[in-house]
Amino acid sequence: MISIKDVQKIFSSKKGQVKAVDNVNLEVKEGEIFGVIGYSGAGKSTLIRMLNGLELPTHGSVTVAGNEVSKIKGSKLRKARQEISMIFQHFNLLWSRTVRENIAFPLEIAGVSRQERLKRVDELIKLVGLEGREDAYPSQLSGGQKQRVGIARALANNPKVLLCDEATSALDPQTTDSILELLVDINERLGLTIVLITHEMHVIRKICHRVAVMEGGRIVEIGPVLDVFRNPKAVITKRFVQQVTEPEETKETIDHLVDLYPKGKVVQLGFVGESAEQPLITNLIRNFQVTVNILQGKISQTQNGSYGTLFIHVDGEAEEVAKAIEFIHSQQVGVEVISNA
Amino acid sequence: MLNEWFPNVKWDSMWEATMETLYMTAISVLATFILGAILGLLLFLTSKGNIWENAAINKVISAFVNIFRSIPFIILIVLLIPFTKFLLGTMIGEDAALPALIIGAAPFYARMVEIGLREIDKGVIEAAKSMGAKTSTIIWKVLLPESMPALVSGITVTAIALVGYTAMAGVIGAGGLGNLAYLEGFQRSRSDVTLMATVIILIIVFIIQFIGDIITTKLDKR
Repeated sequence: MISIKDVQKIFSSKKGQVKAVDNVNLEVKEGEIFGVIGYSGAGKSTLIRMLNGLELPTHGSVTVAGNEVSKIKGSKLRKARQEISMIFQHFNLLWSRTVRENIAFPLEIAGVSRQERLKRVDELIKLVGLEGREDAYPSQLSGGQKQRVGIARALANNPKVLLCDEATSALDPQTTDSILELLVDINERLGLTIVLITHEMHVIRKICHRVAVMEGGRIVEIGPVLDVFRNPKAVITKRFVQQVTEPEETKETIDHLVDLYPKGKVVQLGFVGESAEQPLITNLIRNFQVTVNILQGKISQTQNGSYGTLFIHVDGEAEEVAKAIEFIHSQQVGVEVISNA
Repeated sequence: MLNEWFPNVKWDSMWEATMETLYMTAISVLATFILGAILGLLLFLTSKGNIWENAAINKVISAFVNIFRSIPFIILIVLLIPFTKFLLGTMIGEDAALPALIIGAAPFYARMVEIGLREIDKGVIEAAKSMGAKTSTIIWKVLLPESMPALVSGITVTAIALVGYTAMAGVIGAGGLGNLAYLEGFQRSRSDVTLMATVIILIIVFIIQFIGDIITTKLDKR
């Protein structure tokens, strides 16, 4: 559905040249929810803007839904853009238009007749759950409602691809979740391909099938979300994964616990998919002469399975502890011994 | 009672002068609105980072606007005498004031339009582009409606300035309340006529401001 080949984007300014996107290759399949994560300045905004021709690559080619977006111009590009819609961090609604008129705007652009516009707008309002707010102006809506209008507007012309530019970054956590659920729902119901960029791993975990991690204009890691969670390779990826798997104060807590239990070992376990459902701790206590103390745990759901982390303290004879840890290894569970106190 | 206080005021000629002033103001406001909006749009669209980015054209329009905005109106009228004569064949009467009024006010308004357009969120223009909108659609359905409160409050200010300009134009023979106040009031030392003309001009200004404010508030849904 989307194919990015050897793409490079260089911005020249008086101070010199900046490589915003550097040699990126990417394929996104039809019906996929693909996430790009990175800190600000990583080039993800520029990358997503090249998918609908708002930015043109300095090098390479971008093909979306059969159109080489990086090459076509004029009316062809405008036609193609009707199939590649976009939602924005700050919603970008027209304040001078009501909800209904905002959603009708892309239909006006596409030259849809007034009667059909009204019908389509009503359908869309139902789809995004804005019944009763049709005649409100954007200034009368909450952030979440504004984004729903943005989504309805983006879906108006039955696009093949939906681009989300930090679509939830201006929303509170609860509203973020409801918007993400709406996106998943649309993806499943309409088979829409979604590309989203974000700096929140939470968003990736919650709805993406695959993820690319960007740093300094390059993709440093790419893969199915669960794989990236289970086995992050790049340093930056590990940091992003920690955003979700570890509450902020985890590191302090663990340091504290290591001090508190001078004997034994503090172990971090990582569970993926089915292994998360085995009675591992019970087996551990029954089969080995060790005491197990659960320190902290968390399970996160991703689109392709669940991922859990558990911090435990294992105490007992050194030999038994070593055997116990070996046993955990054999259970296809990620193990990391934090420290020998 | 009015006749006691304003013994020298001829009400029918006062009424006629008021109509002339309103006529000059109305036509020049209308033309200024259109011409100023076009110039303002061109200034905005050709500026850096916009749809028709073009430094050369932008500089030319900008220079034109700055020059005509800087010439004092009373001098502009005199400078434009040949132009007006060529256009209308005369220098006397309300119509003769129009070219100077419009050329004096449109650049002033164009700057206000440009400022109003700059205030539009760039993201909204980008959103329209991402939907596949043509430039004409962006102008008519995004730029103009989204800046309408600024355009209306700008034309209100400009209209009030134009009322003042018509009075100046009146002094050199264009008719209207300025003409009346100068010829009948000042030159014949009938200060009651001058005063009455002033009062009527003030009323016109207040009404313009009032209407402008109402429309601006009504349009602004932010």
